[in-house]
Amino acid sequence: MLKLNKRDTLLFVIVTAMVLLAPFILNPFPQGSSMAQMFNAGYPDLMQRFVIFGILVIGFNILFGLTGYLSFGHAAFLGIGSYAAVWMFKLLSMNIIPALILSMIVAGIFSLAIGYVSLRRSGIYFSILTLAFAQMSYNLAYSVLGNPSSSYNLTNGETGLQLLLDDPRVLDGAAAANGSLPVTNLFGLAMRDSYNLEVGGWLFTFNVGYYLAGIIMLISFYISIRIFRSPFGMMLRAVKSNQQRMNYTGLNTKPYTLAAFVISGMYAGLAGGLLSSMDPLAGAERMHWTASGEIVIMAILGGVGTLIGPIVGAGFNEYFKNILSKINDGILHQWLSFLPDGLENFIVGILHYFVGKGWHLTLGLLFMMVIIFLPGGLVEGGQRVANMFKRKKTDDESDSNNTPAE
Amino acid sequence: MDQILLQILNGLDKGSAYALIALGLTLIFGTLGVVNFAHGALFMIGAFCAVTLQRILNISTITEDPTKTDFLGNPAKIKTPVVESWFGPEIGASIIDWSVPMAIFFAIPIMAAVGIIMERGLIKHFYKRPHADQILVTFGLAIVLQEIIKAIYGANPIPTPAPEVFRGSFDFGTYIGFEANAIIYPYWRMVYFGFSALIIAAVFAFLQFTTFGMVVRAGMADRETVGLLGINIDKRFTIMFAIAACVAGLAGVMYAPINSPNYHMGMDFLVLSFVVVVVGGMGSLPGAVLAGFLLGILEAFASMNEVKAIFPGVDQIIIYLVAIIIILTRPRGLMGRRGVMEE
Repeated sequence: MLKLNKRDTLLFVIVTAMVLLAPFILNPFPQGSSMAQMFNAGYPDLMQRFVIFGILVIGFNILFGLTGYLSFGHAAFLGIGSYAAVWMFKLLSMNIIPALILSMIVAGIFSLAIGYVSLRRSGIYFSILTLAFAQMSYNLAYSVLGNPSSSYNLTNGETGLQLLLDDPRVLDGAAAANGSLPVTNLFGLAMRDSYNLEVGGWLFTFNVGYYLAGIIMLISFYISIRIFRSPFGMMLRAVKSNQQRMNYTGLNTKPYTLAAFVISGMYAGLAGGLLSSMDPLAGAERMHWTASGEIVIMAILGGVGTLIGPIVGAGFNEYFKNILSKINDGILHQWLSFLPDGLENFIVGILHYFVGKGWHLTLGLLFMMVIIFLPGGLVEGGQRVANMFKRKKTDDESDSNNTPAE
Repeated sequence: MDQILLQILNGLDKGSAYALIALGLTLIFGTLGVVNFAHGALFMIGAFCAVTLQRILNISTITEDPTKTDFLGNPAKIKTPVVESWFGPEIGASIIDWSVPMAIFFAIPIMAAVGIIMERGLIKHFYKRPHADQILVTFGLAIVLQEIIKAIYGANPIPTPAPEVFRGSFDFGTYIGFEANAIIYPYWRMVYFGFSALIIAAVFAFLQFTTFGMVVRAGMADRETVGLLGINIDKRFTIMFAIAACVAGLAGVMYAPINSPNYHMGMDFLVLSFVVVVVGGMGSLPGAVLAGFLLGILEAFASMNEVKAIFPGVDQIIIYLVAIIIILTRPRGLMGRRGVMEE
């Protein structure tokens, strides 16, 4: 089906089903229960982040997973994409199609320029170069091009670029006549519209923006599978395993790596454009190098170089960030109330540093654990667990069945 | 002329910080072959050593003075720092006043311990892993260290003043023959520059003139051969890691009065220090120092009003621009050696 082999088709069907049924899967607890407040993730904002960051990390994985070039400045393209999209909303139309196209084009141009320079070096030099470029873009966006009093205020600095009532919006300027800001839409279908379905105690929300982003993610995922399986993907893998040998055979690897860099930059631009489509506000903090670090973290958590890894990593990171930052001391006390008082207070006192505002610490530790013990990320972890059960039956097949990607 | 000199002086303090951090990064890279993304965190921990010592010295006993009352009518509480009751009010007060310079001695053992624990506990296991893994694990460590500091000290910058005598500025120009008020320069920045020059000189002297340093240099050139000669090179490299951590830590201690320590200062300096290392040439110690001062001074020049009038905001991006140009024209950096980090 769709020119995919059997295993990839299965994987694609599973991912499609998960994306389409996410409002059910992510809301396992009835509305209003205490578990729902904590663990339900089926609200539009978070679901949109799942799929949008999924797109971003799928793109990053095409570069890092296939060629082994570790870019530490990928958030720059995300930011550039969001700015481009917001400008399209301001100048042309609130329809998201032109915005998404422009954000991909602009991010593509930037990644072509940055990639052309950065790819002259490899290894650590490449990481540091991309880091320098990203920090430069961040500084440009944050202060140089964002000075509201200057004539070339492209980014609006600290406040972030936002929609205004008196923006031209050449194609649908009249829509803003009633005094409220127009909403982003796809031919009239507003991104923030939702359909609520109540079944018993459960409330399921089907959000237009989520489904749009989800479908775009599925397309991106499909393209990424095709790239992984193509001769082009094979070439990128060869670059990863031994670039020198490739050069000795008389082959210039630069066009291939540059193509991979631009593709992944365009993925990031698309993700940025989608972020702006869901909430038309673009800020420079999206481009900060710690944001780039977070992209790397997501890719590593899921499993670099695997097909499903990026989606797993992005979902895992966003979900746990969301849960951990919601837990506070009161909830911890409630959970541990079965313990003796002294012990309870002691444990809560320790856990206090890992939840709520301390979620960064937990994710940082988790990230280190994954790098140290599970270099292949959660996907490898899943495979190891699966192998443990399977080894009892057949020893030889242990590696062939569960490696969807590699 | 005085304008140019003033900008050079202005660039020196940041340049010193860049040079010290880049020196430590290069030491670690040259000896262990590891790119340490947690080096900025070491700089930050150093700065927080100064904060900690200041807090320790300010531990006070509270006594009530029944003769005075505060605005609620309660007896006024008088805080007496413990050091003042031990050494008498005057010596005690000056001990507290000099907390930042004294933190140097407080920071050295702490930074050495942190360095050794980091190397033996974590980085040791990553020598055989790819460079990307080393970058990532030290990046994770940097996040964790930063968050721990944030959990302990909070998210706000903590003012850590320099000793009384070094606060304020002096008229540097009159000493070297300029007219009065042409070059006004803060005392502490002068101290900082002198201190970093001292540390840099000490590190170079240590590597150049001691047997230990000779062995380390030999190990940097050819680790295997030195090992075959029956020298425990790993142990020496661990000590070099500790020294590099101390250099970064001391840079942080003395930087605390210039910029109030906050939890993300390490990350802010780290990116620039990497750029400095790359510009200087990976693995070249003199290159790191030279590039550190050079970029610091360039940044100061770029933030002059005259320059900003032509290129607005150029001070924000000048370092990156220079770095990109240098890498494109001289891929090995200013003083990079052949064969370092070239796959």
